[in-house]
Amino acid sequence: MTGPGMSAGARGRSDVRDSLDHEVTADGRKIGGVLMDMRSITLRFGGVEAIKNISFDIREGEIRAIIGPNGAGKSSMLNVISGFYVPQEGEVWFRGSRRPPMKPYQVARQGIARTFQNIALFEGMSVLDNVMTGRLTQMKTGMAAQALWWGKAQREEVENRARVEQIIDFLEIQHIRKTPVGRLPYGLKKRVELARALAADPMLLLLDEPMAGMNVEEKEDMSRFILDVNDEFGTTIALIEHDMGVVMDLSDRVVVMDYGRKIGDGTPAEVRSNQDVIDAYLGVSHD
Amino acid sequence: MLYREAGDFKTSYEADGQTFPIRLDRRGYYAILVMALAVVPFVLNDYWVNAVFLPFLIYAIAALGLNILTGYCGQVSLGTGGFMAVGAYSVYKLMTAFPEISIAIHVVLAGLITALVGVLFGLPSLRIKGFYLAVATLAAQFFLVWLFNRVPWFYNYSASGQISAPERTLLGYRITGPETQAWAVYLFCLVFLVASAWIARNLTRGSVGRKWMAIRDMDIAAEIIGVNPLTAKLSAFAVSSFFVGISGALFFAVYLGAVEVGEAFGINKSFLVLFMIIIGGLGSIFGSFAGAAFMVLMPVFLKNVLVGGLGWPTDLAAHLEFMIVGALIILFLVLEPHGLAQLWRMTKEKLRLWPFPH
Amino acid sequence: MPDQLLFAIEVTLNGLMAGVLYALVALGFVLIFKASGIFNYAQGVMALFAALTLVGIMEGQVPFEHLINVTFGTEIHGFGWEVPALLAILLTMVVMVLFAWAVNWIVLRHLVNQEPIILFMATIGLAYFLEGLGDMMWGSDIKTLDVGLPQGINTWIDETTFNAFGYGFFIDNLDLVATLIAILLVAALVAFSQYTKQGRALRAVADDHQAALSVGISLNFIWVLTWSIAGFVALVAGIMWGAKSGVQFSLSLIALKALPVLMLGGFTSIPGAIVGGLIIGVGEKLFEFLIGPLVGGATENWFAYVLALIFLVFRPQGLFGEKIIERV
Repeated sequence: MTGPGMSAGARGRSDVRDSLDHEVTADGRKIGGVLMDMRSITLRFGGVEAIKNISFDIREGEIRAIIGPNGAGKSSMLNVISGFYVPQEGEVWFRGSRRPPMKPYQVARQGIARTFQNIALFEGMSVLDNVMTGRLTQMKTGMAAQALWWGKAQREEVENRARVEQIIDFLEIQHIRKTPVGRLPYGLKKRVELARALAADPMLLLLDEPMAGMNVEEKEDMSRFILDVNDEFGTTIALIEHDMGVVMDLSDRVVVMDYGRKIGDGTPAEVRSNQDVIDAYLGVSHD
Repeated sequence: MLYREAGDFKTSYEADGQTFPIRLDRRGYYAILVMALAVVPFVLNDYWVNAVFLPFLIYAIAALGLNILTGYCGQVSLGTGGFMAVGAYSVYKLMTAFPEISIAIHVVLAGLITALVGVLFGLPSLRIKGFYLAVATLAAQFFLVWLFNRVPWFYNYSASGQISAPERTLLGYRITGPETQAWAVYLFCLVFLVASAWIARNLTRGSVGRKWMAIRDMDIAAEIIGVNPLTAKLSAFAVSSFFVGISGALFFAVYLGAVEVGEAFGINKSFLVLFMIIIGGLGSIFGSFAGAAFMVLMPVFLKNVLVGGLGWPTDLAAHLEFMIVGALIILFLVLEPHGLAQLWRMTKEKLRLWPFPH
Repeated sequence: MPDQLLFAIEVTLNGLMAGVLYALVALGFVLIFKASGIFNYAQGVMALFAALTLVGIMEGQVPFEHLINVTFGTEIHGFGWEVPALLAILLTMVVMVLFAWAVNWIVLRHLVNQEPIILFMATIGLAYFLEGLGDMMWGSDIKTLDVGLPQGINTWIDETTFNAFGYGFFIDNLDLVATLIAILLVAALVAFSQYTKQGRALRAVADDHQAALSVGISLNFIWVLTWSIAGFVALVAGIMWGAKSGVQFSLSLIALKALPVLMLGGFTSIPGAIVGGLIIGVGEKLFEFLIGPLVGGATENWFAYVLALIFLVFRPQGLFGEKIIERV
């Protein structure tokens, strides 16, 4: 289970952590209060219970992982957080208040951005335009002003472009700025998708298997970017990942799911020694 | 090395985001614009205006409109004919009810009314997608044509059931009705086309355009990054119908003068405009122009060759036209799904490197 | 019984008959959509083309007569023979199979893996081409088609109902025959797809193209087969409509009504096509009968589309489709 991603993650973590100078908690990083709190979430599709009465929280500034075998309900959980599925039971609390059932676009406007397991980029648009779509929640100029390209519309476009260029630099994709996304290789697409999510300046970033299908170098790069995002922008991150090495290295706390149930929750070390988790991964051969 | 961009550096995001980033392109387009505004009006005659220029200008506006909806926002519509009819009947009612107001204002108002109707028929697009929506827009097509045919209020209770445009002037020149001056109607439509293209370009390069394209490319992902599908789709329907309505208004008031709704705005009109954007290029402003020009010029060309040159009867030529249009649509979809616009882009790409192959 | 109710029943019955014909055209759509995922807009024009070809062959017309005469200055007007209906139907079927083959090899082969909407637009192009071709081959004048089906009022129904209610129902014999043929056709199609090897292959392809390929089913063969069957269904529909209202361009417009039928019934369901057809047929006749006079008539032009539109807003998956669960 410990893949090559482990060393990459470990290296990235210590490099960055040393350079931090703001106040930190015992584990060496700044982690605030509870940002998102999932309380007794149950989600059903017809008669199937994809998520059974799960509670966990995500704290400000941390990297939180959700792991589990295939079909454990991880992606469904991410979809509940991003508002794509509405759970039948349970409450979602965000920034200290209960979130009423809302549409995905409203969730996005609250400051929650995400990437997808099977890349969901806009294939007909250039990399730049794709990343610019991440800024849509920040762009407010009305249609009439845009139709005439009045000062305000143009100014807003340029300001947001500047921010997007920062992110493009940060993720090192300057050279493909004007390339249509459809022509890019898989690893770069993943990076563009991360750029799009980052462009929204999210408070909470959801990553659905950010390293699926990548080779070792790509995984190392991606791990480094995830850590950098967390450190430099202070973005809270919740991620789903299959590569145990990567997960254990990157994350501060881990939720383990199996068959829609939560079977473990805690620091990577705690989770690793949890008997239920060991059973789920080793004792039963359905992974 | 006739066409190049070397040495054409951008130092600001404004410059990088402009419509024609390459200097040579920019000069070319300005030259064409000056030609169209200042030279063409002095040399054209009635035949050219009626056979080529007016239909081109008017259809290009409709194609721009449909391209916004279908090419940029991904919502296939087969109701263009119906929406053009809304524009035509709106301008007719406005012209007859308020004769003292300028025709130019009436045309814009007709566009706005059509935008409202478009939003109304766009509402189902929130629940209905893909083919289902395409078929649903047929409801707009057939219902609207029926409405204008059967409710006498729309044609002012005229005995023939037709509508015909009364005579109106702009700045003292006759724009509608009999005895119009060729260059005046040409300029009138040209101004509308240029304004439409400019607005379409502005909308598609900013955040509104990105919302549309996001919905087109992957609607679920678009919603999750914060695009409200309701406003995005409805705004596309509104803007699209606005242009289509203006086009319908001009088609009736300036070009035909008198209209029978089923004949002028039937389902075939919907297909004609759809073909324009497929052949021209989906999601391209230039493509809307190219497609309109192609579909207007081809029948004129065929007619001249077959009827004028080979002496075919007109009905045979019409049948052949159907076959050619159909075959061309298939050919374009097979060879170049992005239409003439993509061919043009590739030509420029080649020219940039000429005389070297790579 | 009050007269109004009797009229309404008669209208309903006639609507059912019209619905059968809509269902026939819709069936062709469903077949192709299931097998290849192509929404074949040209199905209506295929019915027109089949009917034109049938009439042309029966009357011994020379294909492209008009064109040949114009080009070479000749004065050809038909071969001078008449072909019996049954043989002509067989020959037309051969033409439709050739057409299916040509469509597959010239068009579809190059569009594999394109988006569905591109394929849809390609079939619109196909419809235009075929319409032009039909007129070019056989001329665009309105033709009467008579393959010997019984026509006119069914006197038995008329007399029976007159004796029972004091009002004779007007039911056209042709409609009864059409219903019967439609039932036979559907039965034959079901039997074909359930009990033959090709039928099983067809269903496999409908389910999953790649899986079908991997077990050695030839997609090309299946597609030619489905388009041929769709051509056959189009021919049957063309004969019925043609016998009813003459072979002319409006035939393809009537066939357009199969689209709302499909929206109602779902694109992949054969029972859906039939039930949808019946609902539209009855619905538009009753609406015209009850509401039509109040709003100026001719509501049949749009009723089907608006009904389907309203219906879909509330149930986007159609009558028989399963609830769509969206995934990311």
